[in-house]
Amino acid sequence: MSKVVDTEQKRSWVSIIVMVLLCILWLIPTFGLLVTSFRNIDLINGSGWWTGLLGPFTAENYAGVFTKTDMGTSFINSFAVAVPATIIPITLAAFAAYAFTFLDFKGRDFLFVTIVAVMVVPAQVALQPMLDMLGPRGINISGQYVSVWLLHAGFGMPLAVYTLRNYMTTLPRSIIESAKVDGASHFQTFWKLVFPMSMPAIAGFAILQFLWVWNDLLIAMMFLKPQNATVIVSLAGIMGTQGQGWELLTAGAFISMLVPMAIFFGMQRFFVRGMTSGAVKG
Amino acid sequence: MSAATVAASGPPTTDKAQTAADPKRILVGAVTMIAVGWFIGNGFLALAYYPQWFAVGMPVFDKIIQALLAMVLGIGGAVLFFYCMNVFVEGLPGRLGQFLMPYAWILPGYFTIGLLLLYPAIQTVNYSLANEDSTAYVTPIYKNFQDVFADEGFTRTIGNNLLWLLIVPATTVVIGLLVAVLADRLSPKGESISKAMMFMPMAISFVGASTIWGFIYDYQSGDTQIGLLNAIVTAVGGEAQSWLTIDRFALNSMLLMVIVVWLQVGYAMVLLSTAIKNVPEDTLEAARIDGASELKIFFLVVIPQMKGTIITVFVTVFIMVMKIFDIVYVMTNGNFKTNVIANMFFQELFVQRNAGKASAIVVILLIAVIPVLIYQVRHFKREEAER
Repeated sequence: MSKVVDTEQKRSWVSIIVMVLLCILWLIPTFGLLVTSFRNIDLINGSGWWTGLLGPFTAENYAGVFTKTDMGTSFINSFAVAVPATIIPITLAAFAAYAFTFLDFKGRDFLFVTIVAVMVVPAQVALQPMLDMLGPRGINISGQYVSVWLLHAGFGMPLAVYTLRNYMTTLPRSIIESAKVDGASHFQTFWKLVFPMSMPAIAGFAILQFLWVWNDLLIAMMFLKPQNATVIVSLAGIMGTQGQGWELLTAGAFISMLVPMAIFFGMQRFFVRGMTSGAVKG
Repeated sequence: MSAATVAASGPPTTDKAQTAADPKRILVGAVTMIAVGWFIGNGFLALAYYPQWFAVGMPVFDKIIQALLAMVLGIGGAVLFFYCMNVFVEGLPGRLGQFLMPYAWILPGYFTIGLLLLYPAIQTVNYSLANEDSTAYVTPIYKNFQDVFADEGFTRTIGNNLLWLLIVPATTVVIGLLVAVLADRLSPKGESISKAMMFMPMAISFVGASTIWGFIYDYQSGDTQIGLLNAIVTAVGGEAQSWLTIDRFALNSMLLMVIVVWLQVGYAMVLLSTAIKNVPEDTLEAARIDGASELKIFFLVVIPQMKGTIITVFVTVFIMVMKIFDIVYVMTNGNFKTNVIANMFFQELFVQRNAGKASAIVVILLIAVIPVLIYQVRHFKREEAER
């Protein structure tokens, strides 16, 4: 019995209808926000968005976000924060994962188990000690990007090592052995073979970490000075300001979602892989 | 696959021949390694202390330059550092080099974990016994914990967290399972489209999701309601409400939980969907031949075979809910009896400015995480044994 016939059999009208309803239910909140962000401020406050599905639409809210709030700068900040905070931990983690997979050493299992364990430790644990260490009482770099890169590198590291190591154990051992026979050093084996071969796992984790950093509020809010604030911090700021209404908030929310959405629709396969491999992040 | 991993975890088969020490390699390796390390460290510090050095006067470009420099420093520096370290270790006499090499490879990664997670965990416990600016220990030593437990808001906060833990992970798994089962019965195209729609919220931040749902819960004092929830309620003849202020039966907390469920169902669905497809068809056939109903088959045959995945999803959502912060912070800031531990910590640290009490709250959170942590390690060890 082939798989296709199977699916045909199982298909039923009930599941189609329920699924369509669920999808609509899941999309409506975002859709409502999208429609609202393109409506004039008076229309937003005068009637529900569902009455304005056919327009008139305007882009003035988006223009307003860039002129009335610092969302424009924040957008650049988010990139400046998220890209290094994604790539640096992956580089370090890849080396560590190689050692955990292909080298044998005393205490390896213990060290790896501690990595598995700290994956569930909440980031809150580190915040007060880190404020002390990176703040004026320590080396005084809080407020700058550097502090946030460091924090995200640390918090992303356990999962990065774990994910990459799990992937590396599935690589064909024979290729690495033959490289060794050819006289390649571990550094060459890693750089020329294992690192390129691990690209699917690296891409999966990179997307996960990038989104995690991009979408983070707590660390960005605590460790970045206002000029360096990310879009999420700015959005939370607009939310907190009573005077600024839905026209800025809806447009601002969409600007903050732009990059994650592009990643989602452009790289869905890697995105799903990253999300599913990051099952247990703390 | 198992053959490969057995080989991978076995002892290295490389030559353990005694190669002599190579002083030149050791020297060059050590000096360059230290130089590179020094340069990376100071480079990053310079980015923080003297951003003007790397500025061209246009804020946009300055930020991009900083990020690019960081990547060059971070990646280039790391690779160069490892290369120099490799030179150094290979210069060492055979056995010593073989011995040290693995530790050298895990050092930068492990150091970061130590600095950002292990050290702070200990320091937080330390601070939880100290005063509000962490300059001296309090007397009695457990005073902060006493204060936390005496705080009447704390009991409610813990209660709220328990409610979150009771409702959100289970609801997410159940809806995720429902969606996974239904999607499995659609045509391949319908399945992939509907899955993408359900999964899409995973890309949205908690703050973005709060904006989206805040708009649904919106309440206007006049006659027109622009929030969807109030519009529906008034359309069926009800009274418009300011939903997030209603703490009766913890209604407002539950409305916040809806946001998390909405965000996480897609994740649960993707994992559970894979698990459903991995349930062997012949076990279902056998049950059908025995005359079991579809419902019975689902609960007695399918579910037990995907127990592992269900637990993984449950634990992941559980951990996330334990430290839930963003949504409560931006939606109600813990007012109207919706406070949770992570937000209480934040308020204690930044509003009350009491680092001691804030740390005590985190220690309580840390203790609460320990059972999950033990489960996690056990689960990992079991999985490794099965490889």
